[in-house]
Amino acid sequence: MGKLEGKVAFITGAARGQGRSHAIRLAEEGADIIAIDLLEQVSTIDYPMSTQADLDETVAAVEALDRRIVASKADVRDIEALTAAYRAGVAELGPVDIVLANAGIAQLGSAEPDPVVSFNDVIDINLRGVWNTVWPVAQDMIERGEGGAIVLTSSTQGLTGRGSDGSAGALGYAAAKHGVVGLMRSFANWLSPHNIRVNTVHPTGVETPMVMNEVIGKYIQDNPGAAAMVANLMPVDLVQPRDISNAIAFLVSDEGRYITGVTLPVDAGFTAK
Amino acid sequence: MGMLEGKVAFITGAARGQGRSHAVRMAQEGADIIAIDLCGQIDTVPYPMATPEDLAETVRQVEALDRRIVATQADVRDGAALRAAVDDGVAQLGKLDIVSANAGIASYGPVEELTDEVWDDMLATNLSGVFKTARAAIPHLKANPDGGALILTSSTAGIMGIANAGHYVAAKHGVVGLMKVLALELAPHMIRVNSVHPTTVNTDMIANQGTYDLFRPDMAAGTATADDAQQAFLSLNLLPIRWVDPVDISNAVVWLASDMARYVTGVQLPVDAGSVIK
Repeated sequence: MGKLEGKVAFITGAARGQGRSHAIRLAEEGADIIAIDLLEQVSTIDYPMSTQADLDETVAAVEALDRRIVASKADVRDIEALTAAYRAGVAELGPVDIVLANAGIAQLGSAEPDPVVSFNDVIDINLRGVWNTVWPVAQDMIERGEGGAIVLTSSTQGLTGRGSDGSAGALGYAAAKHGVVGLMRSFANWLSPHNIRVNTVHPTGVETPMVMNEVIGKYIQDNPGAAAMVANLMPVDLVQPRDISNAIAFLVSDEGRYITGVTLPVDAGFTAK
Repeated sequence: MGMLEGKVAFITGAARGQGRSHAVRMAQEGADIIAIDLCGQIDTVPYPMATPEDLAETVRQVEALDRRIVATQADVRDGAALRAAVDDGVAQLGKLDIVSANAGIASYGPVEELTDEVWDDMLATNLSGVFKTARAAIPHLKANPDGGALILTSSTAGIMGIANAGHYVAAKHGVVGLMKVLALELAPHMIRVNSVHPTTVNTDMIANQGTYDLFRPDMAAGTATADDAQQAFLSLNLLPIRWVDPVDISNAVVWLASDMARYVTGVQLPVDAGSVIK
């Protein structure tokens, strides 16, 4: 018997990387999944973003576990489209118990012909997108009165600015990821009377397409200072998407039933250095 | 298959309360246990402490799960006794993977009224006891090629202040400092070190008149009931609950000790119903 039997989870950025891993891990524990992803390029990102084929692969992986999944294309920057996608999922799978605000971008190493646009993009997706994701679902959770668990994906850059190079992308990323912590603490205060718990996870570098690409690889190679952004305390270079999923599966299960308002690093000691 | 199959865990303060719960929960996940407890009274502690019968009950519950347990009466303030207990446990069970530095006491009073004895007993048990536990265990963890996990039990009082508990707050903050240094020193050996920070837990350390009085300073000493105190406990938490159960802390400890948290180190993990962000 899985730890999330009968639950429904709404996951953003679910086409690949951490989002796909979360969908699979939660499905393994018995949850059904509402998955969304942008499936388009953002102009200030020089590496390829996710595609319909990626999302199809997530769908196949969840269905192979005999769980149901409703997957659609939606942009976390567009609260109306996002809410519509979420409601379509609820219509098919029932009310949502778990929200994972996972969608995010990193512009490190991408060209910044207009730093203002770069900064706005990362704040729009990595911070405002989190608010857009949680806000409509939280209203429904309150009305339903059966509690809930929400995990926001922040970063080690949500707890420290170590290694920043002053680019708009790096500054915006740290600002957005720190902002996610503020959202989490406020959400947790607002929602706790309704038994809705809200926490953040703070991954160090994770082996995903957002990190394992030529653009970021070249950036780290060309900027020795950037090594400080990814050097962990434990002798491991990168953690796996599954490690973040395991932390989330714990937080959203009954084993974490009284954990709320917590910033949980999964960072091989990065922030403890 | 349990999350801790084949592991050996050393737990201090294992006779009752959170420590017993950790022993049982870890045994359910497949671990063998090295358990110690003082099983005696400390003069400045205003409630009855654990007894040899309590420790025997922990042994019974672990053995009922078909796991092995080596239990010794030992004081975390006594470095030599601790070392002997760990060495003996490892000799019998083969190795050491997990340490839960859980033993702790509670006593109360405004700082200006704390006696030297009250302060010294608190720091000796809740801070120095954690240091001596870690020191005794580290050689065994380093000898383990799979690395290991140390979980230090701090408190919400290790993150924020609580009036009338200056010695307790100082000791529990000290545990966080020790955790951070241990995480730095032991990371190259793949030994992870984290702290857990419980809010009020439903144990004998809390369910007693001294604690009830602390949380109801508005009432005459000795008159607050469990229900009166629980109303105060409720006000500490963000979630609408009075206290958490020992198993809630055990679930966090088991997770931190397991491969599910294989890259989690140097972390303070509150299990506090939102108390520290309220």
